[in-house]
Amino acid sequence: MTTQMNDSRFDEAQLQEQFDATIEAKDRIEPRDWMPEAYRKTLIRQVAQHAHSEIIGMQPEGNWISRAPSLRRKAILLAKVQDEAGHGLYLYSATETLGATRNELTEKLVAGKQKYSSIFNYPTLSYTDVGTIGWLVDGAAICNQVPLCRTSFGPYGRAMIRICKEESFHQRQGYELLMTMMRGTDAQREMVQESVNRFWWPALMMFGPPDDNSPNTEQSMAWGIKTHTNDELRQKFVDMSVPQAEALGVTFPDENLTWNEERGHYDFSTPNWDEFWDVVKGNGPCNTQRIAHRKRAWDEGAWVREAALAFAENQTAEEAVK
Amino acid sequence: MTETNPGPTSANGTETNASATSASATRGEWPLYEVFVRGKRGLNHVHVGSLHAADDQMALHHARDVYTRRNEGVSIWVVRSSDVTASSPDEKDPMFAPSGDKVYRHPTFYDIPADVPHM
Repeated sequence: MTTQMNDSRFDEAQLQEQFDATIEAKDRIEPRDWMPEAYRKTLIRQVAQHAHSEIIGMQPEGNWISRAPSLRRKAILLAKVQDEAGHGLYLYSATETLGATRNELTEKLVAGKQKYSSIFNYPTLSYTDVGTIGWLVDGAAICNQVPLCRTSFGPYGRAMIRICKEESFHQRQGYELLMTMMRGTDAQREMVQESVNRFWWPALMMFGPPDDNSPNTEQSMAWGIKTHTNDELRQKFVDMSVPQAEALGVTFPDENLTWNEERGHYDFSTPNWDEFWDVVKGNGPCNTQRIAHRKRAWDEGAWVREAALAFAENQTAEEAVK
Repeated sequence: MTETNPGPTSANGTETNASATSASATRGEWPLYEVFVRGKRGLNHVHVGSLHAADDQMALHHARDVYTRRNEGVSIWVVRSSDVTASSPDEKDPMFAPSGDKVYRHPTFYDIPADVPHM
């Protein structure tokens, strides 16, 4: 029953060989398997960043819970934001199987040492943005996450399967919200178009930098952590979104967006990568606010975490006396 | 998976099997273990049953012999039944009722025209 990890006959080269063979066979690496340190570190970084994105992602939409236009919309938005919290927890759990701790990751997030998706550094200026985020931002997330269900690290893939199942509700409620507004007044239709104009480019940037400027992609693909490049996924998202926009009756703010018969894909303009890097570096419209809010919640919740532990310790002590 | 005293079951109420372990306090009876098997890489460990063993290592060996004689798994977890905290069957309604009336959590709640692709 002892794992090979504990068997001294296996030296590092043999362990590496077994690891490579597992990856080669497109099989999954599980937490107790030996893995190269760089693989472990890369995964912790990527999964933590993903977890942080879910947690920070509650803020832009949470902004509208108290001002949702009806009880129905409020219940939906609450359920969605609650889901994002759950997604963050699934992913933090996956990092814990790699030896990271929840506290350490949260500390790194609030200290600015770990990133989250740049999309959440954009503000939600109107309730319409709830719909646009559901459609485009969650749509982009689904594009990114569906292939991750088959990622090489078991716990990450299993978290992604749960998440993808739940994301479908997120995208559909957003699209339905926008459809409802498009059936409304001219002013409402304008609100939808204005919101889509603001979120289109940031949504395209969610797939990360272009392939020729994405230094981690090659190794991540060799390890089976990623299965598609950033540009492949971005193209897929554009191809999926254009007919959805047509059905909705909105346009995307890109005059070069045209069907390319030869490629069998839509052509589109290059996103403004200077803006992307600027936001990643901390200069987006809401970076400071997002981290300050997370830090406040973390600091102000400290006494609750401590009190729960103290109570549990008292209970154990009482049990022991009995 | 940690070794703890097989004391009385918790006030939260535990599964039927777990309550049987209070008998493990009886002299000479091996404690009950719950067995979880991972069928293959990439899948979750799934509860397959239980067995008695004197300690954790013996439980692991017995689990192999009892539950994986035909290649059923690539990994086994054993955990003392007394360490399992479970919801009580009597609590079924109040415990899970809150999610019952939230149909809007399901994608099918939203009407999207059939001609909208990839949704």
